[in-house]
Amino acid sequence: MADRLKFDLVSPEKLVLSAEVDMVEVPGAEGDFGVLPNHSPVMAMLRPGTLTVESDGKRQSFELDGGFVDVTPEGVTVLAENISGA
Amino acid sequence: MASLKELRNRIASVQATQKITRAMQMVAASKLRRAQEAAEAARPYADRMGAVLGNLAASINDVETAPKLLAGTGSDKRHLLIVATAERGLCGGFNSSIARLAREDAQKLMADGKQVQILCVGRKGHDVLKRYFDKELLEPVSYQGLKSIGFDQAQEVAGRILDDFTADGFDICTLYYSKFENVISQVPTGLQIIPARFDDSQTPELGGAAYDYEPEENDILDALLPRNIAVQILRALLENAASEQGARMTAMDNATRNAGEMIESLSITYNRSRQAQITKELIEIISGAEAL
Repeated sequence: MADRLKFDLVSPEKLVLSAEVDMVEVPGAEGDFGVLPNHSPVMAMLRPGTLTVESDGKRQSFELDGGFVDVTPEGVTVLAENISGA
Repeated sequence: MASLKELRNRIASVQATQKITRAMQMVAASKLRRAQEAAEAARPYADRMGAVLGNLAASINDVETAPKLLAGTGSDKRHLLIVATAERGLCGGFNSSIARLAREDAQKLMADGKQVQILCVGRKGHDVLKRYFDKELLEPVSYQGLKSIGFDQAQEVAGRILDDFTADGFDICTLYYSKFENVISQVPTGLQIIPARFDDSQTPELGGAAYDYEPEENDILDALLPRNIAVQILRALLENAASEQGARMTAMDNATRNAGEMIESLSITYNRSRQAQITKELIEIISGAEAL
């Protein structure tokens, strides 16, 4: 099993980020949650907030204006409009 | 036979036209690249959205409680056709082929006794369809003068459709646009967006684990389905933009070549008649001298 997470951050206009990461923290509609590798499958709405990606000890954050996250055994996909910050 | 002066003017005007078509071809080529990139960049979102929704739709067993955008209104009497075309002409058969497909479908539906409404996005489709339909046409949406189509525009169109759907204005919505295959081939396509149809083959393998939903499935569907409409429209508009430039490039390339051929044949005629005139003058002089 992979000990890293395949992460895709997609906006309607382009693929913002596609990378292998260690952890993703998303602003869920019913509370923030972190996703580590081998997370159980989840589909959740996102509220406007900050999404943080951790990779090799480095943190990268994005401001989202709401969206949607899909966690599958293959990885995490975040669909969001109006993504800003790098 | 036209006079020499007439021929000279003709050649000059064809040359000017050729200059214009050549410039348009080059402009279309550079715009095409950008439009193609935009269309390709939009693909991941639409594909993922489709996969996620297909997944969700498959997990909903109870059709009774499913949102209307997915299950439909239970009737197929009233159709809304969205016809996406370009704002400008001079792009070969691009606009007319989309309009023709939509027209044929609309006439078929009307012959079957269904009610049809047509919403045009883009001025050209409206201009063409206006001749065949009158009361079926809704106020068109036009993005004339706008540099590039973005998610905002798609959302605007989607909002209008959704408002109409919520107000129970129609049962089935089909989107007509031109799918961009490659530079020389664009395929006019009709895609049903309400009620939504999904490709089941994209559903990912979960390895036996069940999905957790946060909030409930139906809430997520309620939020995602309207967004999906906007995404589908955006994709159609971007594909359309790329197709338009591709079609224009091909059309202008043909026009430039035709102008070249025309100039060639006109120049031959011009040279022949000039030669003939010189010969005639010479004969006149010589026969005049001999008569002396």
